[in-house]
Amino acid sequence: MPDTLTPVLSDNWDAEKPWTLESYERGGGYAALRTALGMEPGAIIDLVKDSGLRGRGGAGFPTGMKWGFIPQDNPNPKYLVVNADESEPGTCKDIPLMMASPHTLVEGVIIASYAIRAKHAFIYVRGEVLHVVRRLQRAVQEAYLAGHLGKDINGSGYDLELTVHAGAGAYICGEETALLDSLEGRRGQPRLRPPFPAVAGLYASPTVINNVESIASVPSIVANGAEWFGSMGTEKSKGMTLYSLSGHVTRPGQYEAPLGITLRQLLDLAGGVREGHELKFWTPGGSSTPILTDEHLDVPLDYEGVGAAGSMLGTKALQIFDETTCVVRAVLRWTEFYKHESCGKCTPCREGTWWLVQTLARLEKGQGSEADLETLLDQCDNILGRSFCALGDGATSPITSSIQYFRDEYVAHFEHGGCPFDPAASTLFATAGAKA
Amino acid sequence: MTEIQDAPLDDQTLRELREIAARYPQARSGLLPMLHLVQSVEGRVTSRGIEACADILGISAAEVSGVATFYTMYKRRPVGDYHVGVCTNTLCAVMGGDAIFERLKDHLDVGNDETTEDGKITLEHVECNAACDYAPVVMVNWEFMDNQTPASATRLVDDLREGKEVRSTRGPRICSWRDAERVLAGFPDDRADEGPAAGPASLVGLGIARERGWTAPSSERRGVGPGSPADTAIGAAKTADSSHAEAETRIAESDAKTVGEDAGGSSSGSTTDKQED
Repeated sequence: MPDTLTPVLSDNWDAEKPWTLESYERGGGYAALRTALGMEPGAIIDLVKDSGLRGRGGAGFPTGMKWGFIPQDNPNPKYLVVNADESEPGTCKDIPLMMASPHTLVEGVIIASYAIRAKHAFIYVRGEVLHVVRRLQRAVQEAYLAGHLGKDINGSGYDLELTVHAGAGAYICGEETALLDSLEGRRGQPRLRPPFPAVAGLYASPTVINNVESIASVPSIVANGAEWFGSMGTEKSKGMTLYSLSGHVTRPGQYEAPLGITLRQLLDLAGGVREGHELKFWTPGGSSTPILTDEHLDVPLDYEGVGAAGSMLGTKALQIFDETTCVVRAVLRWTEFYKHESCGKCTPCREGTWWLVQTLARLEKGQGSEADLETLLDQCDNILGRSFCALGDGATSPITSSIQYFRDEYVAHFEHGGCPFDPAASTLFATAGAKA
Repeated sequence: MTEIQDAPLDDQTLRELREIAARYPQARSGLLPMLHLVQSVEGRVTSRGIEACADILGISAAEVSGVATFYTMYKRRPVGDYHVGVCTNTLCAVMGGDAIFERLKDHLDVGNDETTEDGKITLEHVECNAACDYAPVVMVNWEFMDNQTPASATRLVDDLREGKEVRSTRGPRICSWRDAERVLAGFPDDRADEGPAAGPASLVGLGIARERGWTAPSSERRGVGPGSPADTAIGAAKTADSSHAEAETRIAESDAKTVGEDAGGSSSGSTTDKQED
């Protein structure tokens, strides 16, 4: 078995100025690019397929297969677009990666673009992370000056332009087709599929859209081989990945481990749930993944394991909530978020999230009745699977899963005539030993 | 605000707007950064800024307006020198974001998305800003201010109003909101090298791995490359000594085994690494 933690992507984050080209190359950076440029593009796609790398942005689709879908006989230009619009609540892995080591991503972009034979690539980064935008801009500039970007890269005859593009505040742009509309200078609204982006993506041309962590994993695969990558993780979920622990945990932060580690193991490393408290509920991969409880501490955190437990691995954003947290308050807030971020294109999502907030808000104030829970579930049923994209589906996840595990707590709000919890007890600055 | 709406934007701004549009295979892709640039010059998205974008891109002002009103970072009312965003999405809210937002509204005497009378601070509650391991989080001109409390956030806005130099907890000196918008438009300032590589929470797992001598399995191909143990000084020494022999052994092993078993076969490599520490 590999070690419990396997820093690869995060391995240089404690180096001296790791965001600079000099530091990155000192650690062996851009050697994988030279290797890749000596390979046939198709051989790189095969290598990534063999590695078993699956998309780290939430869906878990095999990355190499996605690259293989690009029709090379299509006369239009091919494009690579990196989804750096990290904004799924709880998700906080790509931002530290790009802040500390933007060249890992840039090197991955060049290799991936070469593999799919793209001449122009884009990093679509959310606008609300100014310093990350700066570090990306600088890294790209350095890569151009070093001959890793532009014309005839490292004498290979391969040309690539890379543009860093800042978004302007819209969760929906993390959805790949909404991202493409946004990158075309439009409102970020999802497209109906098919056609899929591989056939008609950016400017109706063949386009690969990958998450930051997926692309950043590529240089290590090229450098070390598919077998090395597969020596970490589980049978169908291979490789290392960044797990992000946040909330009521002693040492929140980034933990890079082979896929399949459990929350029990991660909590053990993180010093456990904050002192004097116990785990109540958690998200395995952001707010759009159904919540889990202390029954699920030993679920392997890979695509299959979390799926079998009734949730999704998602972005591996483990938000930990202890017993001081009111689950109804938590779910209402997430629901308000989905209502705010619904792009408005599809009626079930636009209207449905609005009604979910109305129903939940009344319920949280203790003004509803138990029948409202059935109304909520019925509303969820009318939203789930009825829109172009997964935003509406995600909005139903916290509601249906919390009613499944904490129905009594909803009922307690009616009986109590309001929320029975003290919000001060759940804060970071609550006095030690504060009770709900 | 005395703005002469009839006067066009200055020549330099128009030139830079065209420059942004020229970065893309299709000019309209430049619209989002162009609107960021309009905000950096105008302090908000103005009618003449919309007209200028429409004119350059050959689309209607209504189309530009439709885009400008979709994204939350674009403001139709003047923004203060400092945009203070308090995360009130679930995790930050629970960890104290709600209390911080209430305290700041009270302290600054403004509501959500309003600006103080002196024009210094615009307060807004924001959605998840991808810094959950530093909750509760406050953003100032889209720079991270991690692990805030009502008291620290109050001091923060006081310092900003008094014109004191404020630094992001894991970033550079805070610039003005307009200067920040210029960077987002794709015109870098000189602050990329300021601030650390990472905050403490970003490094917590790596620190544990270093303490316990945990690494990724060593490479079977080469000693050098991102992700191989050679990235660290300790790893480099180890790799130089033994990885060659190990790699050969393991390639031989893996040839003889199925893929599933091979995952177990590579454990010998990392165990050996640890013993050498």
